[in-house]
Amino acid sequence: MSGPMLEIRNLCKAFPIRNAFGRRTGEVRAVDNVSFSIDKGKVYGLAGESGSGKSTIARIIMGLERPDSGDILIDGRSITDSASGHVHGRQVQMVFQNPGSSLNPRRTVGQSVAVPLDAHGYPRAGRQKRIEALLDMVQLPANFAQRYPHELSGGQKQRVAIARALAVEPKLLVLDEPTSALDVSVQAKVMDLLADLGREMDLTYLFISHDLSLMRNFASDVGVLYRGVIVESGTSDAVFEHPAHDYTRLLLASVPVISKEEEALRPCIPLIDGEIPTPEMLIALRQQAVKQTITNEVQTDD
Amino acid sequence: MSFPLLKVRDLSVEFTTYGQTQQVLRNVNIEVPARSQVALVGESGSGKTVTMKAIMGLLRQPPARITKGEIFYDGADLLTMPAKERLRLRGTAMSMVFQDPMSSLNPVFTIADQMGTILKYADRRLGRGRSKKERTARVHEVLSQVRMRDPERIARAYPIELSGGMRQRVLIAMALLSEPDLLIADEPGTALDVTTQAQILKLLKDLVEARGLALLMITHNLGVVRETSNYVYVMNKGVIVEHGETAQIFDAPKDDYTRSLIDAVPRLTGGRRFGQQGVPA
Repeated sequence: MSGPMLEIRNLCKAFPIRNAFGRRTGEVRAVDNVSFSIDKGKVYGLAGESGSGKSTIARIIMGLERPDSGDILIDGRSITDSASGHVHGRQVQMVFQNPGSSLNPRRTVGQSVAVPLDAHGYPRAGRQKRIEALLDMVQLPANFAQRYPHELSGGQKQRVAIARALAVEPKLLVLDEPTSALDVSVQAKVMDLLADLGREMDLTYLFISHDLSLMRNFASDVGVLYRGVIVESGTSDAVFEHPAHDYTRLLLASVPVISKEEEALRPCIPLIDGEIPTPEMLIALRQQAVKQTITNEVQTDD
Repeated sequence: MSFPLLKVRDLSVEFTTYGQTQQVLRNVNIEVPARSQVALVGESGSGKTVTMKAIMGLLRQPPARITKGEIFYDGADLLTMPAKERLRLRGTAMSMVFQDPMSSLNPVFTIADQMGTILKYADRRLGRGRSKKERTARVHEVLSQVRMRDPERIARAYPIELSGGMRQRVLIAMALLSEPDLLIADEPGTALDVTTQAQILKLLKDLVEARGLALLMITHNLGVVRETSNYVYVMNKGVIVEHGETAQIFDAPKDDYTRSLIDAVPRLTGGRRFGQQGVPA
């Protein structure tokens, strides 16, 4: 019964760098020996900036990208096992960052929500009822099924994207910056919805974001990703209160905050003043990363 | 109490599209004293960008129409002054730092070309002459002011060769070229990573303080407001709902909208439970 919903073991993925003639001249190690696991019903936050590899990890979990090495187990079953491909799609769904571009503008909301139902061979009978039920789950009225994405606000579109992701009753939802395109007040409502749905449906979330304030409030455990390596992980309280790695401290120091209490939480380190970090500085950080890797492993208590 | 550098008085703007008229700004009053750092905060659709465009004279009319109000810069009404005079102020005495560093630079010209052109026209408007050599020197000077380590190399580069943070720096440098008194920044750094954004905000703040500029920061991010300004105007649906000292507004907001906005911001200190807020209407 118990045991992690998602387990990632020593995941590696490198992309080749090619010159103008297509010859391989090097590689980018986008994901470098990443391991973590998420218990059932928990929220795991993956924090990182652009180029940290967080989206590559999401794509690998979704089966959109093949890992070079390592293994991914969902509910104890490996997804690299080709026979389980179809089942995999039913168990894991994703909510993308920009609802404006992740919904097909030529499909009505109802059609969009029905796509995964068709793809996974759900019976046609009762389709309309099912769509209405899904829209109801994300607190949208049933008549939205006939509308097109351009008629909806950003928050409503994201609700549709969530309804679509839930259509096949997945156990794990990958949320890739689900609210970064939304206003704060709308963000709060969408996060409320996700939290409620998670509890009601016993969903497990992998929450990918660069918004540390949001992550602290939503995720129970976090991993900080820097250049393809998880440099620090633990419960969100531990990581945010006592950041151990330089990069985590830099990230925390950079968050714009709105109260004195939060300010006190930000490490007092000078922001790299006026300079884009040079490759040498990054290599130095990287070397520290290797030394300090994963000090506190994810807790598995309830 | 001297007259503020920028004063927007009772500004009302409406938009007419497809025969339908919509009031977008209603009696907006904003004051930016010289050497002050003021923020205008609002969510999308609140009218903050329209306000900025009206100030800079970038509103396309039609569809927009300024139905009421005045905008004073240094005591002179921008809306009634001759177009030529207004043009002379724009980009010289008041400059803009634009939001998106990826799309506000021309990809086919080098940074030096683009900055040189801006400087040339700014000089021309001010009736100032400068040789090409002097212009290049000024471009290098400004690039080093935004803490570029190798201004000569950056000047020769095309936008594609620069990172997002460096491009945003170039945009700030562009705004500083003609030594303005007022800088209007529209969501600078929102397109960037947190660490880069923090650097850009710090750079802006340092520059503004060191050179005695006035800053009008237009943003949707309350954290950015607190980091960069000491006075704030909160805008909702085309109306300024509340204004005051930044610290005061954050500590004790009087307006319901301001309060809901502040409450919506997740805190780094945690402690917020999402969900279980009952069924919405």
